[in-house]
Amino acid sequence: MSNNIWVFVQQDDGKIADVSLQLISKATDLAKDYNEKSGSQAKVEAVLMGDKVKNLAGEAIRYGAEKVFCIEDVRLKNYTPLPYTKVLVELIKEKEPQIILYGATTTGRDVGPRVASALKVGLTADCTELEIGDYESKGETYENILYQIRPAFGGNIVATIVAPEKKPQMATVREGVMKLNDPDPNRKGEVVDVASVVEDSDCLSEIIERVKKEKSVNLTASQIIVSGGMGVGTKEGFDQIADFAKTIGADVAASRAAVDAGFINKDHQVGQTGVTVRPKLYIACGISGAIQHRAGMDESAKIIAVNNDPDAPIFQIAHYGIVGEISDVIPKLKKAFMAKA
Amino acid sequence: MGLNLVVLVKQVPDTQNITGDAMKEDGTVNRGALPAIYNPEDLYALEAALRIKEEITGSKVHVITMGPPAAEQVLKESLYRGADSVALITDRKFAGADTLATSYALKCAIEKIGKYDIVICGRQAIDGDTAQVGPQTAEKLGINQITCVSTIEQIDSDSLIARRSIEGGFEIVKSNYPVLVTMTDEGHAPRTSSAIRVMTYKNAKAGDKEIPLWDIDFIGADVEACGLKGSPTKVKKIESVVLKSEELQMIENTDEAIHDLMHTLITDHTLG
Repeated sequence: MSNNIWVFVQQDDGKIADVSLQLISKATDLAKDYNEKSGSQAKVEAVLMGDKVKNLAGEAIRYGAEKVFCIEDVRLKNYTPLPYTKVLVELIKEKEPQIILYGATTTGRDVGPRVASALKVGLTADCTELEIGDYESKGETYENILYQIRPAFGGNIVATIVAPEKKPQMATVREGVMKLNDPDPNRKGEVVDVASVVEDSDCLSEIIERVKKEKSVNLTASQIIVSGGMGVGTKEGFDQIADFAKTIGADVAASRAAVDAGFINKDHQVGQTGVTVRPKLYIACGISGAIQHRAGMDESAKIIAVNNDPDAPIFQIAHYGIVGEISDVIPKLKKAFMAKA
Repeated sequence: MGLNLVVLVKQVPDTQNITGDAMKEDGTVNRGALPAIYNPEDLYALEAALRIKEEITGSKVHVITMGPPAAEQVLKESLYRGADSVALITDRKFAGADTLATSYALKCAIEKIGKYDIVICGRQAIDGDTAQVGPQTAEKLGINQITCVSTIEQIDSDSLIARRSIEGGFEIVKSNYPVLVTMTDEGHAPRTSSAIRVMTYKNAKAGDKEIPLWDIDFIGADVEACGLKGSPTKVKKIESVVLKSEELQMIENTDEAIHDLMHTLITDHTLG
C-alpha cells in the first residue's frame, strides 16, 4: 500500500482536459497537507492513456505530477468503458494508491463508477471540496483520510463523505471547481511506460462517429460575466445582454431556464449542470437564484443582482441589488459605464 | 424473437421543487414534506424501452425498483404506461445502501429475471445526482455500458446504436447485447398513462401478483454486500446550505445611483 495520490488524466483528441490539470493542482495541495499531518512522503502521480499521448506527460508534470504512468494503445485512442476500466483496475491493484481523483466529465463519470465497482471501493461524485482529516467511528480513529464534500438533495444540503476502510478513496470533481496552480516549466518528473492489458475482446463499444466542437465560450476563465435568466424574457432581451457585456468587456452566461427556453446555447450555462465560474464580477440579470444556479457562481468575488422581484433568492448572495425590469436597468448600467470609463 | 428489456427506476423526493416546509428547523431535510415522484430521467428510460418493444415484436419490458413499500407507486405508473411486469426489491437489510451496495442488489435482481438483452435506466437520480448506479450495475453484471444516451438510433435483434451526449457534442456508439444504457432527458418525451391500463392496475398493491415483493433471500443476495454493511462510503456530516449573509447593498433604479455604483466598481478595479 502506497500513500500516493493519483489523478486520472483525461485526454480528448490529444489534448489534456482542463479539469485534469485542476485536479493535479488540487492533488498537489492535498499531498502537501497529508504529508505535513502524517509525516509521510505521499507523491502526486498521474495516469495518462490513449493512442500516442506520451508527449502530454510533460504538461501533467509542469502542473505538479511527480510521476506519470503512460499507457499507449490504439484501442485507447477514444474513451470506451471496458478497456479504460481494465487498464486502471490492473494498475491500481499493482501500485495501490490511497486516493484517486477523476474529472466529473462524461468520461470520468463513466469510468470512475466502473472502477469503484470492480475494486469494491467507494466513489463520491461531484465533490466541491476535498480535505484531509481524521474520522472516528465505533471507537476507531482513521487518521488523515479524505473528506469528500459534495452537495446533495438538489443542492439543498452539503454532505461530508468518507470511505475510511478501503483504499483507494475516490472522488469526481467538476471542471472549474478546483483552482489551477501556475505551471512550473522547470519541474521535473518521471514518465513510466506501462504495457497495455487491453485485448480485442474488451472492445465492446464501437464508436461509429464522434462529433465534438470546441466550446463557443470558456466561461471558467472569465473575469467579468453578465448572465441572463428567464427574467430577460426574450431572445432579443439576450441581444441587449450581449451588447452590454461587449461594452464592459464581459462574457455572456445564462441560467439553465434561459438555455432551455432557447435564448442562448448550452455552452453559456452556469450552474450545477453547466459550468462553475469564479469571476471578479458576476452580473445576474433576471435570474431568480435557484440553488442549482448559485452552485455554479457563488464563489464570484462580487455579485450584482438585477431582478424585478425584490424577494428573489439571488439577492441573498449578492453584494449589490437593483430591483427593476432588465430592459430598463441594463441601458442605465451601460450608459453609466460609458460615462465613467 | 423479441428482446428482454429490464428498466431500473427509482422513487425520489422532488428536490427540484423544494418548499419552505422541506427543511426542518435544525437544518436537516424533512423527506416527509417532499412529494415522492418518479425520477425524471427514469421515465425517459421507460419510454426508450417501450419504443423498443413497439419496434421489435415479442419484446418484454420488466421494470424493477428498490425501495420501501411506498415505492410501489413508480411501479404502478410503469404498468400504466405499458410495462409487462414489475417487481419491488424491498428488505430492511438494504437500508443505508450507497451506490455500490445498491448496484449489487440490482444485479442480483436482474439475474433473477433471467435472460436479458438490454438494461435501461435514467442517467442519474435527482436526490443524489451521482450517475453511478448505472455503470456499477453494468460492471457487476460484467456487461458493456453506454451512458448519457439521448436517443437509441437503431435497434436490431443482436445490437443497438445509441447517440451518447458528450461535452460539446455527441458519439454514435454501437454495442452488441447484453448492454446497459443510461438515458438523459434530451430524447423522446415520456408517454402518459393509458386510461385502460390505469383501470386495470389502479388497485394493485405491493405484494399482489402484479407487484411482487422480492426480498434479499429471493434475489439470492449476500447480506454482507447489502445495505450499510456493503457500503464503503459513510456520511460523516450533513449541513444544510445556508445562504452567505453578504452585506447586500440595494441600489436604487435611478441614473444617479447606478452611476455611483459604476464609479465604485471602476475605482476598485472590478471593472475597466
